[in-house]
Amino acid sequence: MDKSEIKGFIAKRVAAELKDGDVVNLGIGLPTLVPNYLPEDVHVILQAENGIIGAGIPIEGYEEPLYNIDAGGGNACAVRGGCFVDSATSFGFIRGGHVNATILGGLEVDEEGSLANWIIPGKKMPGMGGAMDLLVGAKAVIVAMEHTAKGNPKILKKCKLPYTAVHCITKIITEMGVMNVTDKGLELVEINPEFTVEQVQAATEATLIISPDLKPMC
Amino acid sequence: MTNKIISLEEAVAMIPDGATIMYGGFLGRGSAHHIIDALSKSGKKDFTIIGNDCGMAQGPNGDLWGMAKLIHNHQVKHVINSHVGMTPDVGQQNMVEKTLTVDLIPQGSLAEMIRAGGAGLGGVLTPTGVGTIVEDSPYCMGKQTIEGKEYLLMKPLHADVAILNAHMVDKMGNMWFKGMTRNFNPMMATAADLVIVEADNVVELGDIEPENVHVTGACVNYIVDGGKY
Repeated sequence: MDKSEIKGFIAKRVAAELKDGDVVNLGIGLPTLVPNYLPEDVHVILQAENGIIGAGIPIEGYEEPLYNIDAGGGNACAVRGGCFVDSATSFGFIRGGHVNATILGGLEVDEEGSLANWIIPGKKMPGMGGAMDLLVGAKAVIVAMEHTAKGNPKILKKCKLPYTAVHCITKIITEMGVMNVTDKGLELVEINPEFTVEQVQAATEATLIISPDLKPMC
Repeated sequence: MTNKIISLEEAVAMIPDGATIMYGGFLGRGSAHHIIDALSKSGKKDFTIIGNDCGMAQGPNGDLWGMAKLIHNHQVKHVINSHVGMTPDVGQQNMVEKTLTVDLIPQGSLAEMIRAGGAGLGGVLTPTGVGTIVEDSPYCMGKQTIEGKEYLLMKPLHADVAILNAHMVDKMGNMWFKGMTRNFNPMMATAADLVIVEADNVVELGDIEPENVHVTGACVNYIVDGGKY
């Protein structure tokens, strides 16, 4: 698969996870592409943890970037039918289980469904922002990322970097396949037909459970 | 009615060296920029600052934006934030120069710890951070299991002074926020000994209908008529 196609391919598959009316939080980068691939009859309510429920492209009167950004710093406002809330309310909404899905990338994920993406000790300390709350509070946590980083596995037996949250991931979607987090480990349920099971396993440090019902990913 | 409106200079004079300062804003949206700018030129120092982030190294103006100015000037000794990724000065002063200490707290916990500080609560029990290094934070008082689920007990936060920003402020100090600028401002209005709000626009009593007041002016000590930034 061409490098330029990978992100769109992953985003398209993630979009198929969302249902009409879902409240969805999108992390920065790849996840922001997901709405582009939603079917016409699926409308989701985008939630930005800095205080927008029903976020979208700025409408007339709300173009001013001094008042309207999303959690990633992109220009965004509340669309018609949306609203602005304070940070305590926003995170109450998140922890309280009112967000159907959060979609985010990871530096490392592991077979226990844990994720690390907020700090590289001694090198980078951007902070966790709202990620820890989202991982704990959202009903479904979908990790959308490239399968490897510079050829090195990102799907590990156990994260080496400090956790963002433990036992939180529902599903991992990469350009190679779709993996569900189960009590027994990561179950490969869909595979990109461009790859063999052996190739996917070779790019994954965790031992994959191959679903007896393995389907092509499209 | 007491006149709450003071000048920028008077506001800065109320903030001493070493003060613990809460400040509203998310990447500088909803921050009291006029007060922050004046503070950054004051030479005052040794602040402990509590907010979501330290503004931006490169804001919408292409330059240092919001609290990033105080960091850049080495006026801050301790930062309590959820995210400092937009201000590399923080990492530089913390990890290389070792002149600045930083406590990172999950954003939702931070909001609730400030709310607790202003709402008379002894702390916050949250599932956020369980199993992570947040458990080792000086602001985490331990773990509790309630109905089979684990929670961290996080301390309430207080400050000497809160510097807030609202789009419309009436002469009582009642606040109305535009767009997503509300963020941390409402909780901070209750969690500091001295509350100063910078208004984009000062309006008359009644111009914000009582039903539409986002934060009561009863919490506000002083108003700075900042004007549009």
